[in-house]
Amino acid sequence: MHIFKVLMGQIRQYRRSTLLTPVFTLLEVVMEILIPYITASLIDQGIEGGSMDKVLRFGLIMLLMAFASLFFGIMSGTFASDASTGFAANLRQSMYENIQTFSFSNIDKFSTPGLVTRMTTDVTNVQNAFMMIIRIAVRAPFMMIISLIMCVKINPRVSVVFLVALLVLAVVLVLIIGHATKAFRRAFRRYDDLNASVQENVSAIRVVKAFVREDYEGKKFTKAAEQLYQMFTKAQKLVVANMPVMTLVVDFSIIAVSWMSAHFIVQGTMTTGELTSLLSYVMNVLFSLMMLSFIFVMITMSTASAQRICEVLEEKPDIVNPEHPVMTVQDGSIDFEDVDFAYKRRNVTYDDDGNEIITVEDVTKDRADETLHDINLHIRSGETVGIIGGTGSGKSSLVSLISRLYDPVNGTVRVGGRDVREYDLEVLRNEVSVVLQQNTLFSGTILDNLRWGKEDATPEECREACRLACADEFIDRFPDGYETRITQGGTNVSGGQKQRLCIARALLKKPKVLILDDSTSACDTATDAKIRKAFATKIPGTTKLIIAQRVSSVQDADRIIVLDGGTVNAFDTHENLLRTNAIYKEIYESQVQGGGDFDEASLSDHFEKAPAAAGQDHPAEQQGGRKAVAE
Amino acid sequence: MSRLTNESTSKETQDNREIDTRKVPRGARVKVKVDNPGLLIRRLMGIVFKKYGIAFILVLVMILVQAGATLYGTLFQKSLIDDYILPMVQSGSRDFGPLAAALLRLAVIYVVGAACAYGYQRLMVTISEGTMKDIRVHLFTHMESLPIRYFDVHAHGDIMSVYTNDVDTLRQLISMSIPQLFSSLITLIITFISMLVLSWPLTLVSVGMVAVTLFVSMKIGALSGKYFVKQQKDLGAENGFIEEMMNGQKVIKVFCHEEKSIEEFKKYNDELRTSANLANRYASIMMPVNGNLGNISYVLCAVIGAALALNGSSTLTLGTLVSYLTLNKNFSMPITQIAQQMNSIIMALAGADRIFKMLDEAPEKDEGYVELVSAKEAPDGTLTECAERTGIWAWKHYHAADGTTTYVRQRGKVTFDNVDFGYTQDKPVLHDITLFAKPGQKIAFVGSTGAGKTTITNLINRFYDIQDGKIRYDDINIDKIRKPDLRRSLGMVLQDTHLFTGTVMDNIRYGKLDATDEECIAAARLANADSFIRRLPKGYDTVLRGDGANLSQGQRQLIAIARAAVADPPALILDEATSSIDTHTEALVQKGMDALMKGRTTFVIAHRLSTVRNSDCIMVLEQGRIIERGTHDQLIAEKGKYYQLYTGNKIA
Repeated sequence: MHIFKVLMGQIRQYRRSTLLTPVFTLLEVVMEILIPYITASLIDQGIEGGSMDKVLRFGLIMLLMAFASLFFGIMSGTFASDASTGFAANLRQSMYENIQTFSFSNIDKFSTPGLVTRMTTDVTNVQNAFMMIIRIAVRAPFMMIISLIMCVKINPRVSVVFLVALLVLAVVLVLIIGHATKAFRRAFRRYDDLNASVQENVSAIRVVKAFVREDYEGKKFTKAAEQLYQMFTKAQKLVVANMPVMTLVVDFSIIAVSWMSAHFIVQGTMTTGELTSLLSYVMNVLFSLMMLSFIFVMITMSTASAQRICEVLEEKPDIVNPEHPVMTVQDGSIDFEDVDFAYKRRNVTYDDDGNEIITVEDVTKDRADETLHDINLHIRSGETVGIIGGTGSGKSSLVSLISRLYDPVNGTVRVGGRDVREYDLEVLRNEVSVVLQQNTLFSGTILDNLRWGKEDATPEECREACRLACADEFIDRFPDGYETRITQGGTNVSGGQKQRLCIARALLKKPKVLILDDSTSACDTATDAKIRKAFATKIPGTTKLIIAQRVSSVQDADRIIVLDGGTVNAFDTHENLLRTNAIYKEIYESQVQGGGDFDEASLSDHFEKAPAAAGQDHPAEQQGGRKAVAE
Repeated sequence: MSRLTNESTSKETQDNREIDTRKVPRGARVKVKVDNPGLLIRRLMGIVFKKYGIAFILVLVMILVQAGATLYGTLFQKSLIDDYILPMVQSGSRDFGPLAAALLRLAVIYVVGAACAYGYQRLMVTISEGTMKDIRVHLFTHMESLPIRYFDVHAHGDIMSVYTNDVDTLRQLISMSIPQLFSSLITLIITFISMLVLSWPLTLVSVGMVAVTLFVSMKIGALSGKYFVKQQKDLGAENGFIEEMMNGQKVIKVFCHEEKSIEEFKKYNDELRTSANLANRYASIMMPVNGNLGNISYVLCAVIGAALALNGSSTLTLGTLVSYLTLNKNFSMPITQIAQQMNSIIMALAGADRIFKMLDEAPEKDEGYVELVSAKEAPDGTLTECAERTGIWAWKHYHAADGTTTYVRQRGKVTFDNVDFGYTQDKPVLHDITLFAKPGQKIAFVGSTGAGKTTITNLINRFYDIQDGKIRYDDINIDKIRKPDLRRSLGMVLQDTHLFTGTVMDNIRYGKLDATDEECIAAARLANADSFIRRLPKGYDTVLRGDGANLSQGQRQLIAIARAAVADPPALILDEATSSIDTHTEALVQKGMDALMKGRTTFVIAHRLSTVRNSDCIMVLEQGRIIERGTHDQLIAEKGKYYQLYTGNKIA
């Protein structure tokens, strides 16, 4: 019921259409019901009475009614589609707007694909169900009730037949539908599994072929397909009984009505015209019942979607602007005081129907669950600080606290001497510019992407930022330069190029603090060094935090933080760390010994990727084709 | 097949795919072109009839019976009034005996009709689901036999869509459209004849009205279809936008871009809302328009019929008129049904076309005849074939020229002689590759993306066939070796690790299906994977899903190494991952790889210098050519490209 209320609230400006739809539907139904009634009069009074006048009069009434019914039908259809598509648009809009207020932890909770499904498939489901409800779900009961009333009016005793028929139908329907929906849900889940295994084979075809497992996979698939066949057959076996049973009930009602009516007519208490009307009402009533059963299934199927949409609509952002925010950041100093941090634990379970249930709980009790603990750091404004440590040591988590992407569980993070929670979020995030590890470019030109950093940046400003990030060298080589179109997800530039564009974009903010989260990993070491050198000379006043895997990327920083298991193991200069810190020494030696990386990145610079046919999307080229070309 | 035609077909399917055939509203007319519908139907029915011929004919018979029963019921209404009730009213008789008998007869016919309805629908389930199963299995086994090239030129989404959308529309066609079409046709014919018999002037009126109805519903259908296509396009655009923005949501937050992204979203949303509204409007007024045109037809027939009956000039009786009016309703229904079905049939045929196209793709060719067999070695060094596993493998080479069979010990020697290769004829990727790997040697490939490293390794196991030159394995031209045997003798660890749904143990066992648990665990130990696997919630029985999504990349790689290790092949191809795995995990992966390489001919696409340095030979590739080759020390001394790359790293 709660879901119902939340969704109702989204109808907003389409309330008029939503209300008018059932009104017109009602009128349409009334017409449809009255027409056979008039037919009866036409036959009785007109034909049997031998009066052509009456035939014409009733005929004209019927014709007018048919036109009225047509008009009402069109109106109800028009309003129904206006209401339902408007409702869906509102749902999407509200969800989208609410998602924009989400903090990182909210996004983590739903996961990206989860949000996409909710905004697309789920909305479509709910839209269809909504249209059903305001139109057919109103139409069917109307139709049934009015038909029943008419029947009772014609002859109450004959109407007893309906009661029996309804009872039989209701029992049968509930039995069949109940069983069938369960069987179908099971079958569809298996169907998804089957498709997943096809997907798996398509993407892993090289593995299959390399291990000569074609036959093995074929057998596995055949078995699964066989099972699916059994399940679908079983589920449908029940469903196909639906129609014949319903027709049979209708048929027998007709026989019963005919038998009883024959007696009444012979007795003279009923006319033949009334019999004709009765027979058509029988159809109406039972047809409505079938509609209702269908709608019932539809609605049950869409409640899961409605539930998921509600979750997004009702989600409250974990991080909100303070009431009296501080609007300026003094300088680029950063302080961590006794900071503990843990991500919320996300649990995904499934209910009996296979619907996903996501719960999120705070993890504060157990130290082992914490990502960061007892962090105390003091970084001066303008300092360059390297951060190094293994996977899972908490590097990204540490820096995400600075621009308040997450809030710490305990302790305080200060920027420019003030608690980050006191700042206006926008001000803080503009002054603390983060280049995320999982970074994305958006479809649009390079210039469009750069201007994310500063909306009104001049081309010269953008060029300058690109120069700092060593991105100008490859952009200039593109035929369209800064107007080169980036495809969705930035798939037409190489990893190293993408990273440099992301750095340039962040630089355009002219921040007081710049954080690079493993942002040059795909650039070769020479470019990496060049970028760092540019930073040192061109933006000396900016505090720079550099997370890296390579020691070479951090070794000439002012100081280096060594993170280990969520704690600061050491915070010192390269030279001192080499002398005193075992972890740092080990990392350093393992990398120097190997002579550094000899990976694609170090070579890719010699053959910069040109944006392959940007804008000219060719599906085969884009997905399959690339694979063939990329070695 | 030339790449060009492949691409154009793929483009074509893409265009069709924009319209999800399952979502087209009933009656909406969407233009879908199908080249040879007759052939497609024949081929499809061929599949159905091959296995379910008798069942299908039975279905048609039952449909016929059911349609007859329904019609009998309709016509009985005339009989009820004219032959039973009115005579009783007129004669004042109270003998309900004949009526009771007639109703009983009707009841029996209804029961038979319902039984037939159930029977044919039940049979149809078996036929359609069975055919779907056969088509799916056929598709899958055929897909597995297709060359890698097929997967290169076809987007994976397109391949998937054949299994999901196209097979689904085909089910609709077989289980619903065809029976409904048949039953509509039968009803139509019988009804039409009955109408003619009852009253031909009224039939004219009905036919005229049906023509009007058809015309109007086609017009609306065309409009609905037009906006439906627009709606699908807008929906696609909005979904694309949503996907992009959700993926970049964290970046949006970092750049405080929320307001702007909402603004942009509104544009997409409004656009979609407009087209969706129109598409839905036309789809939903279809029903009232059809229904009420039917009503108008009813009125016209009633008035004209009444006029005729009262005139007395025609044979039309009151009862006939009543039955006629019912028939009239039954007449327009099948026609609109057929009109609606035609559209979905065309849609389904477009799907069938894609299914058959995939089934018609030529499978991977294998003209090899040299087999890999277990062998026993006699003290004098001669090899004899044996059934049991000996650990010694030999190439069984039959020479057609003199009818002899020779056995060559499999050692893992690989040579390339002047090999040229391109994915398309006109665009060579590899030029004049010559290389020589002695058994047990380690050959490293170094070079930038696109230089052709992976391509070379894909030629050894014949994922692709070379255009010129020769590749020999143990001095046998690989074209002569049966592909399964060739591939079985080459272990592969690929750049992007793919795991399968199943337990960790299943995934390791993939390398050797009859491996015992102990063998698998031993392989995992060798690959350095054992310790992390044991720490998983259920150890080796932990179920992996979605390509091992619950594991880190390094862990997935270790399982892939174990998978190759359990196969115990004499030669190995290692296409190392280059993404940033942290130093510790990378060291683990490296150790696993090193253990696996020991004593095997190995082709390594190098990532770390430590791997490259101790190779027996390093090939530096540039734009498809080997520009330098030699040991690490030789290449350093040469002061060429390798030296540059190597020292370039040192400077940084």
